[in-house]
Amino acid sequence: MDTRVIGLVARKEVRDALRNRWFLLYAAGFALLAIALSQLSTGDSGTAGYAGFGRTAAGLVNLVLFVVPLMGLTLGAQSLAGERERGTLATLLAQPVTRTEVLLGKFAGLALALGAALLLGFGLAGAWVAARGGGVEAGAYAQVVGAAALLALATLSIGFLISSAARRTSAATAVALFVWLALVFAGDLGLMGSAMTMRLPVRTLLGLTLLNPLEAYRIGGIAAITGGLDVLGPAGVYADRVLGPSLVAVLAAVLVAWCVVPLIAAGVVFARRGIR
Amino acid sequence: MIAVQDLTVRFGSATVLDGLALDVPSGGGVALWGTNGAGKTTALRAMLGLLPFDGTVRLGGHDVRRDGRRARAQVGYVPQQLAFWDDLGTLECLQWLARLRRAPIERAAVLLERVDLAQHGRKRVGELSGGMKQRMALAAALLGDPPILLLDEPTANLDAAGRADLLALLADLRGAGKTLLVTTHRLSEVQALADRVIVLEGGEVRLSCSADALEAALYPFATLRLVVAPADEAAALAALAKSGFTTHANRHGILVRVAAGRRAAPVEALLAADVAVEDLWMEDHWIEDPRAEGSHVEGDAWTPG
Repeated sequence: MDTRVIGLVARKEVRDALRNRWFLLYAAGFALLAIALSQLSTGDSGTAGYAGFGRTAAGLVNLVLFVVPLMGLTLGAQSLAGERERGTLATLLAQPVTRTEVLLGKFAGLALALGAALLLGFGLAGAWVAARGGGVEAGAYAQVVGAAALLALATLSIGFLISSAARRTSAATAVALFVWLALVFAGDLGLMGSAMTMRLPVRTLLGLTLLNPLEAYRIGGIAAITGGLDVLGPAGVYADRVLGPSLVAVLAAVLVAWCVVPLIAAGVVFARRGIR
Repeated sequence: MIAVQDLTVRFGSATVLDGLALDVPSGGGVALWGTNGAGKTTALRAMLGLLPFDGTVRLGGHDVRRDGRRARAQVGYVPQQLAFWDDLGTLECLQWLARLRRAPIERAAVLLERVDLAQHGRKRVGELSGGMKQRMALAAALLGDPPILLLDEPTANLDAAGRADLLALLADLRGAGKTLLVTTHRLSEVQALADRVIVLEGGEVRLSCSADALEAALYPFATLRLVVAPADEAAALAALAKSGFTTHANRHGILVRVAAGRRAAPVEALLAADVAVEDLWMEDHWIEDPRAEGSHVEGDAWTPG
């Protein structure tokens, strides 16, 4: 594998992302919403310190749950499918490069672009809280940002899997939106409904919850901000009791698995389909 | 330099290329000839490893499936669908491709000059005309100075003058030792660029012959249009019929079906019958080959009817 090729493709992908109106819209929207959340959270707390930070961080966790998967899934879904549809994938793959290098280069470039958008949003929000006199718990905040970055990579990876099999950008985007809706609502309404109708035991409920990368992120974010999972009710208490100090490691492993497994699957599909 | 054995491509249950075999020596030229859908583009794409295929393909001694990177480094590819990144500058795009190929960056500007696009280097690729993109594609194919050129209908987007220029450039490249594999449905390109031609139809090889033999093989008959004085038309038709020619008269003259290599014979028959010929010219090829049923010919291009 030639890391130079991966770097060249990644640099071009970053450049393309910075010219992609969807990416710019997502990034600007995320930054503006993050600032708005910070303003709302600290507006009545004055210099009350960490209360404002806690509210801001909790708000950011919920914002990330909706916006970041949407960014990752749609940008990932459009990457290979877009090049395939425009015919540039054939031009690229006709060069002395391998499909793995192209896939990894494009993934790395979009991951960097997404990371920059996240850092911009979280950075502005943190700066806003600090400027208004609110204290920032750097460790907890870094944990929330790190988990958001893993969630971005996980959804980007799923987006690449969609893209590797799609011929048209529109079809890839439609599937990505469907997956986004499924992940968002399977976490809340789906699991709640299933738990009630099927009388799922708490252990099964926790297992199903952890299968969803969005839920893994939500649990990790809440644990980082509040120091426990009591706010999640019996399932949260059960998770705290069963996983205890290994909770963060388990959640991180779930998110890393969501980053790696779909990307490997994307590589397999891309290798088989090529430009078709 | 190019060795292909039993190249077969399937899309689902459909076999779109079936058992293509060809061998092009270093400096040689081979044309893949056929109508749209014959499998020409599929063959080139499979040879580059862009499509899954059965069989073996070796480019410059490297197996495309096992050592794709080295095999593709031997090849410059001009695709039929000219697809570059429209928001990049023309020179910038070539420089990026040069980096991918580990070619000197300066070569991008040199090649733009060679294809007469130097003054358009700062334009975005999306602003180039179809003909300019065609020339840019050739510049891109030459970036790594590869010994093999795979050209998929390289003059498709060019006007007559542009086509002549590009053919001259490609002939120069061949003269300089490049190995060419070109897909086309233009006789003039086959004759200018290839020693041998492989005729594909429905993904199967129908004919393999020398470039010179292609015209006679594909078009055993041509059409000669003769103009005689209106008063002589009946006598001319009778004389031609007597000599065994198939004819058709309209207000523009008399169309005579004539075998390749005997194009002067109708004129001789008319002169022998004391009919003066006022004008004459060769028209389309006379399609009688059953393979070409439902097709028509314009100029030297054979396209589905």
